[in-house]
Amino acid sequence: MALLQISEPGQSTAPHQHKLAVGIDLGTTNSLVATVRSGLSSVLVDDDGHALLPSVVRYLPDGSIDVGYSAQAAQSQDPTNTIISAKRFMGRGLKDIDVSQQPYHFIDSNEMVQIETRAGIKSPVEISAEILKTLKTRAEKSLSGELVGVVITVPAYFDDAQRQATKDAARLAGLNVLRLLNEPTAAAVAYGLNNASEGTYVIYDLGGGTFDISILKLAKGVFEVLATNGDSALGGDDFDRRVFCWILEQSKCKPVNAQDTRLLLTKAREAKEWLTDHATAQITSVLSTGELVNITLSTKQFNELTQTLVTKTLTPTKKALRDANLTIDDIKGVVMVGGATRMPQIRLAVADFFKQTPLTNLDPDKVVALGAAIQANTLAGNKSESDLLLLDVIPLSLGLETMGGLVEKVIPRNSTLPIARAQEFTTFKDGQTAMSIHVLQGERELVMDCRSLARFELRGIPPMVAGAARIRVTFTVDADGLLSVSARETTSNIEANIVVKPSYGLSEEQILTMLKSSFSEAENDKNARLLAEAKVDAESLLAAINMALEQDGSLLNAKEKQKIISQMDALQANIHGGVGDAIRKATEVLNAATEDFAAKRMDASVSRALAGKNLNSLEI
Amino acid sequence: MSLNYFELFELKPAFDIDLAALENNYRKIQSESHPDRFVTATSAEKLASMQTATLANEAYQTLKKPTNRAKYLLELQGINAVAETNTNMPADFLMQQMEWREAVEDNATNLSGMHRLLRDIKHETATLQQTLADELDTKKAWQAAAETLRKLQFMDKLREEIARKLAILED
Repeated sequence: MALLQISEPGQSTAPHQHKLAVGIDLGTTNSLVATVRSGLSSVLVDDDGHALLPSVVRYLPDGSIDVGYSAQAAQSQDPTNTIISAKRFMGRGLKDIDVSQQPYHFIDSNEMVQIETRAGIKSPVEISAEILKTLKTRAEKSLSGELVGVVITVPAYFDDAQRQATKDAARLAGLNVLRLLNEPTAAAVAYGLNNASEGTYVIYDLGGGTFDISILKLAKGVFEVLATNGDSALGGDDFDRRVFCWILEQSKCKPVNAQDTRLLLTKAREAKEWLTDHATAQITSVLSTGELVNITLSTKQFNELTQTLVTKTLTPTKKALRDANLTIDDIKGVVMVGGATRMPQIRLAVADFFKQTPLTNLDPDKVVALGAAIQANTLAGNKSESDLLLLDVIPLSLGLETMGGLVEKVIPRNSTLPIARAQEFTTFKDGQTAMSIHVLQGERELVMDCRSLARFELRGIPPMVAGAARIRVTFTVDADGLLSVSARETTSNIEANIVVKPSYGLSEEQILTMLKSSFSEAENDKNARLLAEAKVDAESLLAAINMALEQDGSLLNAKEKQKIISQMDALQANIHGGVGDAIRKATEVLNAATEDFAAKRMDASVSRALAGKNLNSLEI
Repeated sequence: MSLNYFELFELKPAFDIDLAALENNYRKIQSESHPDRFVTATSAEKLASMQTATLANEAYQTLKKPTNRAKYLLELQGINAVAETNTNMPADFLMQQMEWREAVEDNATNLSGMHRLLRDIKHETATLQQTLADELDTKKAWQAAAETLRKLQFMDKLREEIARKLAILED
């Protein structure tokens, strides 16, 4: 897994240097990159001064790839090779998608949906990686240096498959992900809700393709997500589609082709945006059939067309309030996020529901990226004035398939991350050495109504009589909201072997293949790069351990200290040896040798925080 | 020796605890141990961070909620109050359970009726929690407390049921 965790060759390991880190808002419609410079978060613009990068990727006939405005401009002429809103397909199967609304040639596979383009079959992960690569290039050019890492935002309501797909895309783009951050949390950070503004806030985020509602409590420098809810298939695009259908109805057009669909959807979006500041919008267009469309849309008509969409956002809002056990009287402020919240009828509906005017002073398109940049800056280790800690939650319950197609919840939604839960299983046949476990995410009781995340095969269970084996399976969800699973037979203490088959994600193999194909032209270069990376990793580990020994060496006895020092010497010798694999191996060995020391240091710092309590042996 | 959840947060093991101190100490531990503080650290440090932050979350959630806290206190006494062999309930409580359930069904489509029921249930829950505090902290009557806890768990389930029904009504 250490492969291509990119920390650039030549990157300084000096502790006090400002580390280049950016926040990326990988949006359905538009993406942005922002960074903190001289203590201020700002969005980085391209050569033409654009902050937004349309999340549009076009595969051109000459084999090149176009991302952004030029790709967006070509979408009407070349709809099947110009992919918009790829985020909607991340971690999704074909059955999750309303194919009739999309011009693409989808490939049905058992896993994540793929799209056939003239450049070959592309997965949403690869398409998203192109957007990330463009933003990476923009950032490195504008900051004149290589990035230490990035924070990428995801809708709070994204499930495990969608989060994993996002992380895979970053890996393909050669980015080191410091954290996946929930978009609403990022927005709250951007608003600088600091100690002076302690209280409970609602983040209402209506983006291009997703709606998220989050309730956050801020107290004593810690942000706690109390509840989150949303609709991962509701966004500004749906307003465009309502207008599009209305245009077809009004102008009595026959069903239009892919090119005209794209054209009219663009006109619909323009009309929607125009109505934010105007009473009527004129929609004029000539279709490929020669038919002329020329109609006027008034604010009143637009509001009527989209009223049900506005109301649809209030259902998850009510649910989130109930989950958090709160009423609207408990809410101190409502933060508006996402370009779609510019629509006056949305602002009115929100103000009306919460009985207060929502906060709109930051640009709703930029607020998420700005917050992500602030968090990236903190996570990279740059000192900042408002050092907030974000305690996020898992948005959807995790469960297991049990007899009769039912789901038993293992980790309930809104549990604070990181979290681990163990569940015991037993065999039901004599001598059984393997069992299969199906992990699901969702709130419903039936397997068929929840999202299948993965199937695990436990192998290597020691043969025993039925019911005697005790297999303890531990589900861990990390701070990115990503699940990992480990299993152990507790009577024999044998670690069971787990084979993961992600239901919608990409397998490790697929990712390696994609990585290989993107790096194949520079094989030698790659080896040199891997060696340089191995050295940088090894040196930064040695520096970190030296510093730890200096600060907390007293926590170790002479023997323990000697053990670590001898592994450090071994790693040092390997660095001089200059063989990448040997350096990596020695780095891993040294890391493992310091686990007890790291645990002791953690206990010591916790006990310091609680003032003078000895926590030498926490039971984990 | 390993620490129990109360010791982790520097609290006396009791049902009636200082919730503000619990929250405060939880935040302090998270501030030191959360994985966000160790993003660029060594993998050994990341592991230690993950383990401590996970433990703190688990411990906090256990102690924060009265029902979980009582269950954990009894576990410290070696009593599994919710084991399947331990579900004998007094007849009068079973009768009362049935009445509650019927009331929920009868009011399933009546928003104000449901809210009224919810208020009654909250009141009953508070009474049971008062009893638990007395049994656990003063009388040390573990078996009696186990029975009260099972009643409380029933009330929790009833409240969840009503919340689910309310969600359907409000949609």
